[in-house]
Parts: sequence; structure tokens; C-alpha cells
Amino acid sequence: MRKTLMLTAALLAFSAGAASAQKTVKIGFVSTFSGPTAAIGDDMRKSFELALDHHGRKLGGLPVEVIYEDDQIKPEVGVQKVQKLIESDKVDFIVGIIWSNVLIAALKPIIDSKTFTVVTNAGASQLSGEMCSPYVFSTAWNNDQTPQAIGLYMNQKGVKTAFLIGPNYAAGKDMLEGVEATFKGQIVGRELTAWPAQVDFQAELSKARNAKPDAIFAFYPGGPGIQFITQYNQSGLKGQIPLYTAFTIDSLSLPRLKDQALGIPGAQEWVRDLPNEANKKYVDDFRARHKTDPSFYGAQTYDAVPLLDSVVKAVNGDLSKKDEMRRAAEKADFKSVRGNFKFGPNHIPIQNFYLQEAVKEGDEFRMKTMATIVENDQDKHFQKCKMPN
Amino acid sequence: MLYLIEQCLNGMQLGMLLFLLAAGLTLIFGIMDLINLAHGSLYMLGAYFAATLVGVTGSFVAGIALGVVATFIAGMVLEVIAIRPLYGRDHLDHVLGTFGLLIFFNDLVRLIWGPAGLTISLPSQMLTAVQVLPGVYYPAFRLVIIIATLAVALLLYVLVMRTRIGMLIRAGASDREMVGALGVNIKLLYTLVFGLGAALAGFAGMMQAPLAFVQIGMGENILILAFVVIIIGGIGSIRGAFIAAVTVGIIDTIGRAFVPDLVRHFLSYSAGSSAGPALSSMLIYTLMALVLIFRPEGLFPASGK
Amino acid sequence: MKPRVTPANAVVVALIVIMSLLPVYAAATGNTFMMTLFTRIIILAIAAVSLNLIMGYGGMVSFGHAAYLGIGGYVAGILAKEGVNSGFVQWPFALLLSGLFALGVGALSLRTRGVYFIMITLAFAQVVYYVANGLDRYGGDDGLTIQRRSEFGGLVNLSNKTVFYYICLVLLLGAIYLVWRIVNSRFGMVIQGARSNERRMRSIGFPVYRYRLVCFVIAGTLCGLAGVLLANHTNFISPALMYWTRSGDLIVMVVLGGMGSAFGPLIGTVALLVLEEALSGVTEYSQIIVGPLLLLVVLYARGGIDGVLRLRHG
Repeated sequence: MRKTLMLTAALLAFSAGAASAQKTVKIGFVSTFSGPTAAIGDDMRKSFELALDHHGRKLGGLPVEVIYEDDQIKPEVGVQKVQKLIESDKVDFIVGIIWSNVLIAALKPIIDSKTFTVVTNAGASQLSGEMCSPYVFSTAWNNDQTPQAIGLYMNQKGVKTAFLIGPNYAAGKDMLEGVEATFKGQIVGRELTAWPAQVDFQAELSKARNAKPDAIFAFYPGGPGIQFITQYNQSGLKGQIPLYTAFTIDSLSLPRLKDQALGIPGAQEWVRDLPNEANKKYVDDFRARHKTDPSFYGAQTYDAVPLLDSVVKAVNGDLSKKDEMRRAAEKADFKSVRGNFKFGPNHIPIQNFYLQEAVKEGDEFRMKTMATIVENDQDKHFQKCKMPN
Repeated sequence: MLYLIEQCLNGMQLGMLLFLLAAGLTLIFGIMDLINLAHGSLYMLGAYFAATLVGVTGSFVAGIALGVVATFIAGMVLEVIAIRPLYGRDHLDHVLGTFGLLIFFNDLVRLIWGPAGLTISLPSQMLTAVQVLPGVYYPAFRLVIIIATLAVALLLYVLVMRTRIGMLIRAGASDREMVGALGVNIKLLYTLVFGLGAALAGFAGMMQAPLAFVQIGMGENILILAFVVIIIGGIGSIRGAFIAAVTVGIIDTIGRAFVPDLVRHFLSYSAGSSAGPALSSMLIYTLMALVLIFRPEGLFPASGK
Repeated sequence: MKPRVTPANAVVVALIVIMSLLPVYAAATGNTFMMTLFTRIIILAIAAVSLNLIMGYGGMVSFGHAAYLGIGGYVAGILAKEGVNSGFVQWPFALLLSGLFALGVGALSLRTRGVYFIMITLAFAQVVYYVANGLDRYGGDDGLTIQRRSEFGGLVNLSNKTVFYYICLVLLLGAIYLVWRIVNSRFGMVIQGARSNERRMRSIGFPVYRYRLVCFVIAGTLCGLAGVLLANHTNFISPALMYWTRSGDLIVMVVLGGMGSAFGPLIGTVALLVLEEALSGVTEYSQIIVGPLLLLVVLYARGGIDGVLRLRHG
């Protein structure tokens, strides 16, 4: 999948003559646009496009060209696409990347080529630690931060024993470790399932029932999350053992899950009802355009645009000044849709995490902020990051 | 003990799905001598048809029934257009030609239904769990799958063993020319058998859909498992397919349920989590390899062969 | 195989000339992507050449050939992860292990025929696939990034893209020459003879099983070499390298180019990968074209592209 968007501004530049052609900012956008998690990539793209429109389709005054590439949720495909963007398209920036395993695979060509990159979802612990790089920033989080927050909430709710389940890939492992880091009770079972191939969780749900925990924690992003919640309901566990989640129920899965999602808490660093001006503009315009709420995937991706805008502005469009661009990005001098926003020394955000739940407003199911679980949370891997100055 | 029963039920239920897929595959393989890698695509098509039709009719049962009919027809059309020229070719041609169909259908479905996939919602009375034994709760819909498949298996048995068309099917499997010589329209028979196989595969897809997700490529993993089933059971043998399907289903489930904990006794936690599911999958393929080495005709070869 | 001027030969010569000059184009334009794409094509062509030896000439349809790509790749990756970066260790070890695995698989599989052979090779490849999935230390499902390419003590630098490209190209041509020599030797005659009439070969007194096994091991070893190269090329390996659809891709490359033709696998690999790359620029739904095309090749162009080129000539 490949779509090149040459924009009107680029056309203007063309008409002005090739010799004096105005430079365009070329962005390679890597996400998943096919398969059971395609809805995530779609939401990210819509938010990115909306953010570009909000900026007049210019970054730091320069017209923008975006090349979208589909990683098919496969690390080996992701690496190839990133290599192509760097070598063939010679992009100035790489943006996106949902999956931790895709990111880990793609980091070597990104770091080797010093391509300025904004990761808008994947939160592999390696990126926050030993594989951190001066030119790689994240507008998301480290994988274990969100489950750490839900672990704290489980303590608040008096959960004594828990059964943990997630997919067997880089992020799944990080997620379960995150809960274990803050949850004070006893872990009575841990399951990692084949990712993304396994769609039937009945054997694991039977196992969870047999372990008789106070609570189950699950991490299943995208389509598999819908499957998991549905099967959890069908197995009759809903009335017996409460479920706590991270990245499993969001505004993408909600229209499909409907009332199945009610009463299942999750944690998130952004919710669509966060009270700040940038967020209101983002959510309102997104709803006007697409008739649904954006998801946190979209919000994180939306934030990449003002961030890059501040970076391009800082160097007056001279994108060869990578060190100055890096300093500019580190200031995080832009209005984030999640309000307060700053980068840690490893270029991972330091931010709040909220408790969220699905609620019914009229005929529509929407996500709602219930409480703030932790404020200004910093990931615990930053000391492993040896960032060159 | 109750837990073991519950996991065996899970394995049984997976076995039922495998049987639905394998039954058509083994009939087509046994009678037309055709390796059909596109069988998984029919499984996928069935699920997409049903998801659409449940939405249109507003009724789960009507959607499934119409979906089965639609897959039956789609199967016959596919046979006439693309499969028929492959009969009599060598197996490599089958693998390649139907591999081409498989990737074609993946993109065709993406073109028609979009890349994101669909869901089928169950009627609310099936969203609960039933107490099957004291202390053993089981999802109602999974019980429906087991019962419906047992009924289908029985119907198939009656069809193949007790009816005239079944007699022709059996005869066709053992001696093609003979059946042709009897004045039977062998082309029509093949088309009908392929349609039947398609309908069974489609039904399997529909049964899986409410538990999981209707998505592109959903048939690829389970297709290879279905091939394992028909090899173990013996090509062309419905009875063999049934027994092998249940065996593979139970090995897979029991493997997933118990092997990871077992492995963790020897390895670290994280190594066990990775190795456990991998081991139970390896077990299935090893079983198939062993059958192929020692009893290539399968454990329950079709009678008359 | 007398050299004659035929369309097929012209295409082969043109292809080799283009491939030889590609790095010059890359240096001149600064666009290295074509070179990266063709490095990949060349490596996969080596795998296809090895499959052609057993499938095209020997009639052994292996549906698990990607397993050797994986074994070669994983040996290189695992050794690199454990700090052994020397190519003098990595490469021989990868070839040895691929060959040994082929010996085991071949010894068991070659007792079966037809569809059973297809299925048993598939079974063994799936077992290796799941073994790689279970290797938690080496990334499991996620795969493994290779931080440094194989080192040959200052002799050659594989990290230099042009050098690496030419090494792959030379190895490919070497592989094609090797297969050509094998096929035209007495050994190769027996292998080909056994494909069309096994009983006759046996009655003449040739130990067909042993001949086939040796052939199978050579093919596996050669494909293992492709695996090492691929790991060095992408700096990344994962179990997906040997999923069953990848074995299917290799079969497609061989048949598309022309089974049992020396340069067929190369033509097929170039055609398939370039077609995919080109179509992906035009439409999101490239498989809708590639899929039926494949069926048509199977039905109406058994000799593949190579066969078409030869037929047209006369």
C-alpha cells in the first residue's frame, strides 16, 4: 500500500520553476493498514491528516509530502518499508509505528541513517533504554507505564490475586511486567498467547477460571481485543471475575463491543474528554469529519505534527541541522492534546495516566475519564539510556 | 479433574471446526485428487457472507442459513471457472494454482469489505455460559458448535453411506472411469462435491466468526491444520477426518493448557511462555510426519482404496 | 545446452548485464534502493536455484524449502548475538547445519511420493518454524536484530552495500553454474532420469534413493547459504522467514521462471518481485492481478517465462 500525496503547495513550487523549487518536507508514515488491526493505522492516518490540515499542510512554513507505508503488522515487512523510505524516498522524517516488535526491527536502519523519527505508539522498553537515540522521539509512552497505572488501581480496589494474559510479543511481555511492578497482590497465573495468529482464547480463559483469581488483567490491542472481550463475556466470567485492561478497549473497538465493554476499567495517558483547548479542537473536528471519536493512537499521532512544526521552524527549514532539530524537539514547545507534556532525557514523554471507562451517552458508547491514577509519570528505563550529548 | 474436562471440551470444540473444514478438503482430495489451498478462502468467504447476511436479515439463524447457501453457490461457480481445468494435472499445479486463488481472494475480500474486518454478534441467549456438569461452566455458543457439527457429521455419514449420490461419490473415489462409464454426469458430480465442500468450509468459518473476528487471511492458519487432519486421518476418509480432527483439537488445546507450565519447571518463566505453545504446535506436525513415515495412507484410510 | 541467440538467452544476458551495472547506477544517482531491492532478489534467486535443483530437475516438490533459509539465517543471527561475528565460523556452520537438516528430512521424506512428499516436507518446515518461535532468548515471535554483519577479518567488508551486492551476485552465478554442472553430470542424468522413470533407473542398477538424498542435501545447503546472506542483508531474522507461505513463494518463483531451466529461477524471482514492487505503486490490490496470473501460468504456460521465450523462437 502506498499513497503519495503531492500537495497544492508543491504544485505551486513546481510552477515557479524547477531551479528555484521550494523544498518540501518529506514524511514517511509507517503503520498498519491491513488485517485485524487496520483500524488502528486508519485512525492514525486520519488524525495525522487532520493535524496537517490544522497547520495549513505546512511544517515550519514548508509544504509537506507524506508517503504512507503498510507494515502488515510484521517486523520483517516493517524493516523493508523503513529501508525503502530512507534509501529510495529519502524522507526527512519517519512518523508512526504501532508495534513494539516492528519498531525494534526497524530501529537499526533508522539509527544507522540518523533519520529523524517520531514514534507515535510503539513503546518498547529498549527504545527507552539501551537503544535510545538522539534523533528518535516518542509521543506515546513506555509499554510498562500504562499497566503500572492499572496495577496501582487494582491495589486501590483491594485486588489480592490476579491472572495476567497478553500476546507473546515484545509489548505483551513489557505489559505483564508493568502490572507485576506495581501490583502488590499475588500473581496466580501468567499466559502469553501467539501473536497475532491466535484468535481463540477459550483454553486460557478456562485456565483463568481454574486459577480462581480476584481479577484478570488483559492486554489485547486492535481486533484481538474485541475477540478477547467477547469471549470473556461468552464464557460467563464477567459476573465471576472482574477484568482490568490496558490498550484493549478504545474508541475504535467500542462501536463493535457496545455494552460488552461497560464496567471494564482501563488506563490511558489520553482520553477524548481531557479538558484542554487543543484537545477540544482535535476531537470536535475529528468528529465533524469522521462521525466518531478518535482513539489515543490518533491523539499521539496528532501530536507529532505540532512537534515537527516546532522542529522545522527552529532550523528555518534547514533539515540538515540535525543537532539543532534535536534540541528543539527536546523542548517540546507545542500544545499537546493531552495538556502538559515534556520529554524525559530518553525522549519518552513524562505525563499523567488516567483511569477510563466506557459509558453510554444517548445512543453512543464513548470513553470517559474517571480519575487520574498517576501524575507526571516517568518510565523506569531512562537510566539505561546513554544518550550522547 | 473438572478443569481437565473443561479443557477437553475446548479441544473437542476446536476439533469440530477442524472437522468441518477437513471433511470438504478430504472429499475433494479423495474424489477429484485435487489439493485445494483455496479451501481456507472458502472458510473466509463463508464468514464474510454470514456477517453481511446477519446484518441484512437481522437474524442470526437466517444469516447463517443463507450464508451456507451462498458459499455453496460460490464454491460451484469457483469450481466451474477456475478449478475444473486443474483436474488431472499434477499436484504441483494444484498447489500453485490454488495458491494463486488464495492470494486473489485475500485482496478481493479487502476490495469488497475493506481491510478492517467484520464481527458477527450472537443472539443474547447465546452470550451466556451453561452449567454442563456441576462446577463446569461452558459457553452456550461453543456447545451449539459441538452439537451442530455432530449433526452435520451424522448427515454426511448418511449422505455418503446410504444414498445414491453417496454411492456415486464413493465409487468416484475408487474408480473414476467406472462411474463415467455408468453414464453418470461426472462433471456435475464434481461440481456438486466441490460445492458441498465449500459449504462445509463456509459453515466452519461462520461458526468461528462470532468467537473471533471475520478477517482477511483467517483461513490460512487453520487450513494447514486441516491438511494435517486429513493426512493423519487418511485422504478421502470422512471417518478418519473426524477422529483425526478431534485428536488434533485436543492435542492443541491440552498442549496450550498444560505444556507451558510444564516447561516452566525446566526453563525460566519467559522462556517457558514462548516454548510452551511452540511445543504443542510442534507435537501436531511431528505426529503428521510420523504418520507419513510409517503409515502414509493415514490411520483410517477410506474404504475401497 | 549450446549457447545460441534466442530470446531466452538474450533476456538472461540483458538481465546479468543490468544487474552487474546496477551499483554504477546507484552511485551515479545516489538512489540505493534499487540496489537494495536487487540484493534481496539475488539472494532469493539463490534459494530458488537450489529449489529448482530438486524440484525442477529431480521432481521432488519440497513445500518446506524456506526452512533452510531460516536455518542459515538463524545460525548467523544466533552466533552474532553470542558474540561470534566471524564469517569464517558463521558461514561454514550455517551451511553444515542446513545440510545436516536436509540429510535428516531427506532421509525420512524421500521414502514417500507425490502429495505425501509435499506434506512431509511441509511438516518438517513447520516444526522448525515453531522451534524458532519458541527461542525466547533469540526473540521468539519478534525475531532478532543482527547488530553487525559477518566479519571476514578485513578481507571484505560486508557492510559496504556495493561489496555485499557483488558478493551476492557472484554467489548467485556460482550457484547457477554449480547446478548446471551437477545436472549435466552422470549424477544429474540419474536424478533427471529418475524423475521420468524411477523404476527403469533402479533396474539399471542406480541406487536412486541415495542419489536423490545427496541431491536434496546439496539443495538444502545451497539454500542455507541464501539464508546467511539474507540475514546479513536485512540485519534481521524472524520465524516468518520460514512460514509455509514463504515456501509457497519459492515454488512460485521457480515455476514462474521455468522449472528445470538453468536461469529460470532467476527470471522468475526477478519477475515476481519486480512485478509486486511495480504493482504496489499502482494499486493497493496487486494480488488480484498476481493470483489469477499464477493460475494462468499453471494452466497455459507450464514452462514458465523461460518456456514462453523459447517457444516463441521456434
